[in-house]
Amino acid sequence: MTAVSMAGALNRALADALAEDPTVLVFGEDVGALGGVFRVTDGLEARFGSTRVFDTPLAESGIVGTAIGMAMNGLRPVVEMQFDAFAYPAFEQITSHLAKLRNRTRGRVSLPVVIRVPYGGGIGGVEHHCDSSEAYYTHTPGLTVVTPGTPDDAYRLLRDAIASPDPVIFMEPKRRYWSKGEVTSDPIPMNRALIRRPGKDVTLIAYGPMVATALETAEAATEEGWDVEVVDLRSLAPFDDETVCASVRRTGRAVVVHEASGFGGYGAEVAARVTERCFHHLHAPVLRVTGWDIPYPPPKLEEHHLPNVDRILDAIARLQWDDEVVEVRGA
Amino acid sequence: MVPTRELLPTAEPLSLLRKDGSPVEDSPLAMPDDDVLLELHRRMVVGRRFDTQATALTKQGRLAVYPSSRGQEACEVGSVLALREQDWLFPTYRDCVALVTRGVDPAETLTLLQGGWHLGYDPYEHRVGPQCTPLATNTLHAVGFAHAARLKGEDTAALVLVGDGATSEGDTHEALNFAGVWKAPVVFLVQNNGYAISVPMSKQNAAPSLAHKGIGYGVPSVLVDGNDAAAVYAVVKEAVEAGGPTLIEAITYRIEAHTNADDATRYRTSDEVAAWLDRDPVDRVEAYLTARGLLTPERRAAVAAEAEEFAAGVRAALNTDHEHDPMSLFEHVYATPTRHLREQAAILAEELA
Repeated sequence: MTAVSMAGALNRALADALAEDPTVLVFGEDVGALGGVFRVTDGLEARFGSTRVFDTPLAESGIVGTAIGMAMNGLRPVVEMQFDAFAYPAFEQITSHLAKLRNRTRGRVSLPVVIRVPYGGGIGGVEHHCDSSEAYYTHTPGLTVVTPGTPDDAYRLLRDAIASPDPVIFMEPKRRYWSKGEVTSDPIPMNRALIRRPGKDVTLIAYGPMVATALETAEAATEEGWDVEVVDLRSLAPFDDETVCASVRRTGRAVVVHEASGFGGYGAEVAARVTERCFHHLHAPVLRVTGWDIPYPPPKLEEHHLPNVDRILDAIARLQWDDEVVEVRGA
Repeated sequence: MVPTRELLPTAEPLSLLRKDGSPVEDSPLAMPDDDVLLELHRRMVVGRRFDTQATALTKQGRLAVYPSSRGQEACEVGSVLALREQDWLFPTYRDCVALVTRGVDPAETLTLLQGGWHLGYDPYEHRVGPQCTPLATNTLHAVGFAHAARLKGEDTAALVLVGDGATSEGDTHEALNFAGVWKAPVVFLVQNNGYAISVPMSKQNAAPSLAHKGIGYGVPSVLVDGNDAAAVYAVVKEAVEAGGPTLIEAITYRIEAHTNADDATRYRTSDEVAAWLDRDPVDRVEAYLTARGLLTPERRAAVAAEAEEFAAGVRAALNTDHEHDPMSLFEHVYATPTRHLREQAAILAEELA
């Protein structure tokens, strides 16, 4: 089996879904002839025709709002928001309608819509191209929010997202679009976290773009004598308490990593839940390594914002290995 | 060319009946058949009685709130009766009369306003989308729905109702643009009732009319007298049959305040209201049908009796107390309840035990 890029795996997932299910549609800005600005939809319009894969007017609320109407009428739209921050015009359609219509109609209306959102930084993007917007969606009941960290998961999670009867926000870590790996399509439920690397001293909880960084950190940590377990959440909502807590109970220490700002962020929820469920197993407070609480910085400064191996190693070092009082920094 | 397929609307609203009920001789619109006119009258009388009943029930505390459409019956009824069986309606919260005209059970229509749940009816039963409370968002649902129908090879049109205020929302413009580009079979009916709660047209719009906005999107546009049920019926029917998008602005007036919680005397005069009462949509059809001998005293009495019976049914349904199961809060958030929600449901169940 040959290695494919994450963008290639996503393209294959879309093509396979289009081929298998005639109700699947792919649309958005530049997804047709161009194949998407990241080429995730490359060749799909030519292969499946412009009634199933097509460019829309440049209007994100329009894309999501019409997807809702199409799903009400029995289709399965997979729409692309070109960049994280460009999805904000669609926020009302997502939060007030897409997320709620099943509940508002007591289950009579089902909206199997997938919204693909390329997100996160690390690509040298100018402003409004690098937001980590996942917490806006995870805070909205009714939405499923998933994010792959590997090409394998990119394929698998996107197929599962398209098959889901619920709306799914599919967050694509754009800095990992070109990372390569094999696509196995082994069945793993969409709502389960995966242990990417077993370890016994500390659990590193990561997702999307930070999975690779967490694995890199785990390798570097062996030099310090720490055996780090890396959990890839895959699904942010719902959150797989079971896998995460089982890991933390084994290791007794946990660090949550994400690119998004920490304050009111997804990591705060993870830290709280782990603390509530694993308190007596913990040797140290759950720490977070996140982006600063600032607007996403310009490209020449983003390296100072994004969590990296050194910053995560620093956090691991502060997990009360020698019974010293932990210094909670940046609080 | 048929006048209603022009991109620009006429300078004056199209009409078929003058306010005294006399017919407009040179109207480019086709006068509906007599049986349609009689049905328009019957449904408007029943709809108005439903509306006054709902307002009364609100005063009695049976409804949390009720946005009346009194004065707008020609739009509510005329547009819905122009739909075919297979067509869909995408209404707003002010369109309860349109819903009952479409055949939605009145108690299920009022579930949202009664407060038992967000929506009481099954959208697929009568092909009526959920009533839209955040304005203009339903325009996009209508366009998507209609476009999907076309992709599936189905002959289905969507009628979306919005008010004058909603034409300022971005979604209306995105929807008109998408409908224009996709040539989607959608009828946008703007009920211009003069006010968005308290904000008048002069502060909402600088175009010569709201219907003028269609040309910017390549969408044929029509200006119609919104208190003329025959004309509203005719233009909506023609728009549905045309197969592509149409923007219709119907000039009408909201006789009641925005809702029972609103005080309309703070922003408009009673003289203004009186002038519109003189242009009543029900009186107009009644006068026409009576002059033609179609609306006999017997039929008029029968329609009035039917309206009373309808209102009695609404009273009976709304005066019945229903149990609201707190555990239902956790249902239908997802197709399958998540572990997280099952845990929270267990906590609430313990509280209730």
